Amino acid sequence: MENTTKRYWRGIEELKNDAEFVKYADREFGDAPSADEKEGAIFDGTGSHRRDFLKVLGFGMSAVALAACEAPVKNTIPYLNKPEDVEPTIANWYASTFVDGGEYASVLVKTREGRPIKIEGNKASSVSQGTLSGRAQASVLSLYDNEKLKGPQKGGQAAEWATIDKEIVAGLAQVASSGGQIRIVTNSILSPSTKKVLGDFIAKYPTTKVVTYDANSAAGLVAANGVLPSFDFSKAKTIVSLGADFLGSWIAPTEFAAQWAKTRRVSSAKDGNKEMSRHYQFETIMSNTGANADYRSTYKPSQEGLVAAALYNAVAAKVGATALSVAGVKVEYLEKAAADLVATKGASIIVSGSNDPAVQSIVAATNALVGAYGTTIDLGTPVNYRQGSDADMNAFISEAKAGQIAAVIFYNANPVYNHPRGAELAEALPKIGLTIATNEKADETASLVKYNTPDSHYLESWNDAEPKKGFYSLTQPTISTIFKTRQAQSSFLTWAGAASADYAAYLQASWTGILGGKVQWSQVLHDGVYETGASVSAATPAVNLADAAAVVAKTYKASSEALELAIYEKVGMGTGSQANNPWLQELPEPISKACWTNYVAVSQKTAADLKLEQDKEVELTVAGKSIKLPVLVQPGQANGTVAVSIGYGRTKAGKSADGVGANAYPFVTTVNGTLAFFNTAEVSVKATGEEVKIAQTQTHNTVMAREAVVQETVLSEYKKNVEAGRFKPEILTAEGKKTATDISLWNGHKYNNHAWGMVIDLNTCTGCSACVVSCSAENNVPVVGRQEVINRREMHWIRIDRYYSSDASVEDLQGLEVASENPEVVFQPMLCQHCNNAPCETVCPVLATTHSTEGLNQMTYNRCIGTRYCANNCPYKVRRFNWFRYYQTDEFDFHFNNDLGRMVLNPDVTVRSRGVMEKCSMCVQRIQAGKLEAKKEKRRPKDGEIQVACAQSCPTNAITFGDMNDPASEISQLLAAEKVGRAFGVIEEINVKPSISYLVKVRNKEREAKKAEGEAKEHA
Amino acid sequence: MSHVVSPIRETLVGGGRSYHDVTQDICKQVEGEPTKEWKIAFGVSCLIFAYGAYCLGYTWWQGIGVWGLNKTVGWAWDITNFVWWVGIGHAGTLISAVLLLFRQKWRTSINRAAEAMTIFAVLCAASFILAHMGRPWLAHWALPLPNTFGSLWVNFNSPLVWDVFAISTYLSVSLVFWYLGLVPDLATIRDRAQSKASKFWYGFFSMGWTGSAKTWARYEYVSLILAGISTPLVLSVHTIVSMDFATSVIPGWHTTIFPPYFVAGAIFSGFAMVQTLLLVTRVVFKLEDYITMEHIEMMNIIITVTGSIVGIAYLTEFFIAWYSGVEYESYCFINRAFGPYWWAYWMMMTCNVISPQLFWFKNIRTNILVSFILSVVVNVGMWFERFVIIVSSLHRDYIPSSWAMFSPTMYDIGDYIFSFGLFFTLFFLFAKFLPVINMAEVKSVMKGVSSNYPFKKNAEGGKDKVAH
Repeated sequence: MENTTKRYWRGIEELKNDAEFVKYADREFGDAPSADEKEGAIFDGTGSHRRDFLKVLGFGMSAVALAACEAPVKNTIPYLNKPEDVEPTIANWYASTFVDGGEYASVLVKTREGRPIKIEGNKASSVSQGTLSGRAQASVLSLYDNEKLKGPQKGGQAAEWATIDKEIVAGLAQVASSGGQIRIVTNSILSPSTKKVLGDFIAKYPTTKVVTYDANSAAGLVAANGVLPSFDFSKAKTIVSLGADFLGSWIAPTEFAAQWAKTRRVSSAKDGNKEMSRHYQFETIMSNTGANADYRSTYKPSQEGLVAAALYNAVAAKVGATALSVAGVKVEYLEKAAADLVATKGASIIVSGSNDPAVQSIVAATNALVGAYGTTIDLGTPVNYRQGSDADMNAFISEAKAGQIAAVIFYNANPVYNHPRGAELAEALPKIGLTIATNEKADETASLVKYNTPDSHYLESWNDAEPKKGFYSLTQPTISTIFKTRQAQSSFLTWAGAASADYAAYLQASWTGILGGKVQWSQVLHDGVYETGASVSAATPAVNLADAAAVVAKTYKASSEALELAIYEKVGMGTGSQANNPWLQELPEPISKACWTNYVAVSQKTAADLKLEQDKEVELTVAGKSIKLPVLVQPGQANGTVAVSIGYGRTKAGKSADGVGANAYPFVTTVNGTLAFFNTAEVSVKATGEEVKIAQTQTHNTVMAREAVVQETVLSEYKKNVEAGRFKPEILTAEGKKTATDISLWNGHKYNNHAWGMVIDLNTCTGCSACVVSCSAENNVPVVGRQEVINRREMHWIRIDRYYSSDASVEDLQGLEVASENPEVVFQPMLCQHCNNAPCETVCPVLATTHSTEGLNQMTYNRCIGTRYCANNCPYKVRRFNWFRYYQTDEFDFHFNNDLGRMVLNPDVTVRSRGVMEKCSMCVQRIQAGKLEAKKEKRRPKDGEIQVACAQSCPTNAITFGDMNDPASEISQLLAAEKVGRAFGVIEEINVKPSISYLVKVRNKEREAKKAEGEAKEHA
Repeated sequence: MSHVVSPIRETLVGGGRSYHDVTQDICKQVEGEPTKEWKIAFGVSCLIFAYGAYCLGYTWWQGIGVWGLNKTVGWAWDITNFVWWVGIGHAGTLISAVLLLFRQKWRTSINRAAEAMTIFAVLCAASFILAHMGRPWLAHWALPLPNTFGSLWVNFNSPLVWDVFAISTYLSVSLVFWYLGLVPDLATIRDRAQSKASKFWYGFFSMGWTGSAKTWARYEYVSLILAGISTPLVLSVHTIVSMDFATSVIPGWHTTIFPPYFVAGAIFSGFAMVQTLLLVTRVVFKLEDYITMEHIEMMNIIITVTGSIVGIAYLTEFFIAWYSGVEYESYCFINRAFGPYWWAYWMMMTCNVISPQLFWFKNIRTNILVSFILSVVVNVGMWFERFVIIVSSLHRDYIPSSWAMFSPTMYDIGDYIFSFGLFFTLFFLFAKFLPVINMAEVKSVMKGVSSNYPFKKNAEGGKDKVAH
């Protein structure tokens, strides 16, 4: 067929189809490019084109628009050379040792991307047994304290290490050559290698003497026993404490709490243990330990020695020993305690918090009578926590005042603040030619010295510790030094002119010597502990009882009408060495629930007698010295006494500590050669008329007879019926009476995989609050400060509710608000109960709080619009609202407000913004991590592998966490044993079906006649 | 055989007004220069508004931590104010819708102002919905809007979501109802307008109203339909608000009596607020002939009736708290009356239960000054009622360790003041620029049977002119 299609040409070029045309045939304008279209011409200004113009315009506009929405600059810097052990998002754990003064714990340090963020107990240690106090938990935040010295200083001015070293060496040489006295002032040193280093130093400068003292001295105990003995409460059936707060602050409280709890754990299983130790507490203040005692009564500090003697006499009468000839003193339950002590001979222990050698001698003699030595008390394996000598320290201060000291080195000691004669020392310091401090801060003492050679934090250091004879624990750095600090040991080596100042090498050399090789050294460093075993001895200390009795008779009085001052240590704050740690400042004291200050505590009766009111400031004057503090009415304290805690009133510790509370150390006196933590000189209190609110996280003290909240019983009844003390409300329905929890509107949830839950044993929870700090560290819980605590807005995800008993009858609602004069106390950890019929979940308008398939009540922060309806509808009041922005806000300058402080944040947990609700997540990040780990290994998570922060940190294992769907898990077995027994849900009759069960508190005491009578009437 | 002569009704509009007089009296306010009283009142409200706006702005900037709330008491003045304002709003709807359905003609001279009050009160309430949120900029998340978060929806179980629906429905229906009623009057003003601007704006908003019989017929139908829609809202809105509390587990909140009790309370407080406003308006705008003693008396009677219902509800709550045997419930009520917030409780009891009983006496309920004072007292009492319900229940619930006290800060107070500023500023703007009395409807009730009776008391009522 003929092709009739016509062809048209655009031009003669197309017809000719020449090469030049074909090359540009697809161009809109088929010409060869002009010079200004050449690449780059547009940008070098040589020319432009319509399309390019539009392109540039578009680019320009979008660039300008993008530049306008300025995004905050966040630098993510990748590793150029990745460190071998650091995997982003994977935590590394290092074994180390927490030592602060006389406190010790073997720890595991969690580091993320090279930053230590969490401290946990090292269970490999048989000394600390994996327990940590709140202070040890909080110590990781002290690492990131921005107010530490950032490098060496001379006269308050930054200087170079080399210059300072040269001047110090020259200074020391001059002092040594002129025979001047050199002193190293330190708190107890647990490290054998450090002692060796000091030995080297002394060898170089022979006029050096090491003066060891402790702010919370136990010199009396050491003097009476020769050494500081090992105590083992776990072997005791009868525990008697005379003012020793061994669960809260005395010697090694978390260690003792773990031992004590072993004797307090009962089981409702058929063949379960139904025996408990019986714990008597005689004391002045209401201590954490007293709150946990079965029987408790009070005495005044001036009676202390006579109480010890009375106990000795009562025991002696029963075992046929001669009585001491001292004045008798009447203390309730003392006879009963003596009877029990004798009855359980060989399994009895008496401890005393007194620092008077005479009193401790009588206590030692009593212990000997009841066969404590070799069983519950061991002199063969002494501990090194408190080696301080009050006599040495007193002598040093007197010498300094007399101008007899030429050089002094304060090795991490702050006696100007924490010694009663601190003010005298401060005045004497200018008389000393060469003054050096290795303190991490320019604190009360270090700010007065010439040379500051700051020691590194323990998390930046190498060291070892021998907490107990034959038990070692190693410290290794978990981060390189943040500031230009240097380990004090290296400083001492430098000044002693050692060939090498490398303390790490020094330590390694001495340890490879002991262990026999580098491989062993690596292993021990990995494990963190090295133990050669205890050498238990049944030896009893040689006590001159007659002398002690004579001293006691002279020092103490059987009764006194005068007002007396008791000085004690708070469970959280301790001696105040970490006072600038906001976690500790905000940690409520277990008994008073007060934080951010110390206070003058008085009993209800004394408050009425002296017309003192809570939150009213008073001026407390003791022997001419006075401080101003608010009053706290403390049920259970001995009448006629006032009590003030040490650890507050810092002036140069930092912004969180300075000016908080008042310093009580100056009130400590010296009695019989040792520090006495009471004062019986003229004590007076005078109201100043000012109102100073005490920040308290709990202001209602009693449980209002609400049996659904706290349930308790006594051992004798529990033995008869494992459900004694249980409160089981029934509801009358059309089908008759039904258990409240059997009636539900809800269908419930199905948990096909896991069902996470928790059991909390009220019998072993001592209220120590270590879990609160642990939770704050794990979950980035903000610190809100004193005023916000007063406004009742603390953010803690877990709190320890503390209730006092009341004498009022159940009907007397006004009376029930008032605690008894000597109340029974119960502690109840309270956190999100992860209800299965959660009232919070139904009311959230935006589904920000929902139920997981594993039984967790989850909070989705970025969905929350902050109506707070969930918090209102929470029957347990555990939800916490971000009233303000707590990070990067000057008003909340705790640790969220500076880059260094924020290094402690757990990157696995969101920092919550203003206006959202938060609460316990049951450490969901840990659950997820554990599940992931198991999944990688293609297995189910093992029981115990996943631990929530609070359960992990509980010294007494009062909290059991686990999968309730796994019948073999500890929690399932515990619940199975306690189902018919002690397990109950708090206010379970409202049927929110909490995932957390509590176990009834059992007290090992006889039910008092009055109470039993009342209950009988009630049931009749 | 003598026949029964029923007593003669009072005329609803006094002063022997003619239709023209009505137009003149009402339009005078809109058309004339603002009076001195209005200027002062408006100026004061603007000042209050400005101060409140500063406080609210500060609250939004800093976070609601500036309020006195705490971990235990998560709602206090915010939700108290919210419920209070919503409650006040109820009277407007009741007057315009329910009374319309029941052919209560006396409502005509008060319904406009009452409806305006409803709208402004609901706006005030809405301001607290926004203000009480931790993150108010995300308030739209409470609406079931399509979103890019996947299938993320609102929680239809949550009474707060019901609230969102209830309040937004209420606001829109009230607004439409109110606006519809305004149209004939706007047309009247349009027709009389002198200036170009007012001609344009009143013309724009009167939507081409011609006043033909057909238009009037449609107007009546739509009014009836809207009244029909609004009537259930009178019951539903406060029922749903009460469910914020009733569906919770908190003792003192978890109560089935709440829906009727809240509705009665809402009407109670709403009528009191209408009373307060009208007593002022009639004096300021010289409308004594329109808002007559009969109105005041009727309102007072409703206040007494609803106040008594509320009183019985209070007593029932107490009885049930005892009768239920629930420890927490019993404690809650004992604590209300004798605990730390006893003063708030007795304030509520005195203002809400005792004071309205004074209206049993005719000379009290026809005394303008006393009526005014008591209407304020009732609203004070109703504010305390909500405060008592919210705060005294929350501050001591199940777990005694968390028991706490609430005390307001200057921002709690300032944000409440804001709502007054908003309310009165809007109300005075309304009073100046819109007819405060529904002229069209008032005219429709002027010529009743009674006005033709020769032997009625108000003889001068007969001389009305037909002229417009």
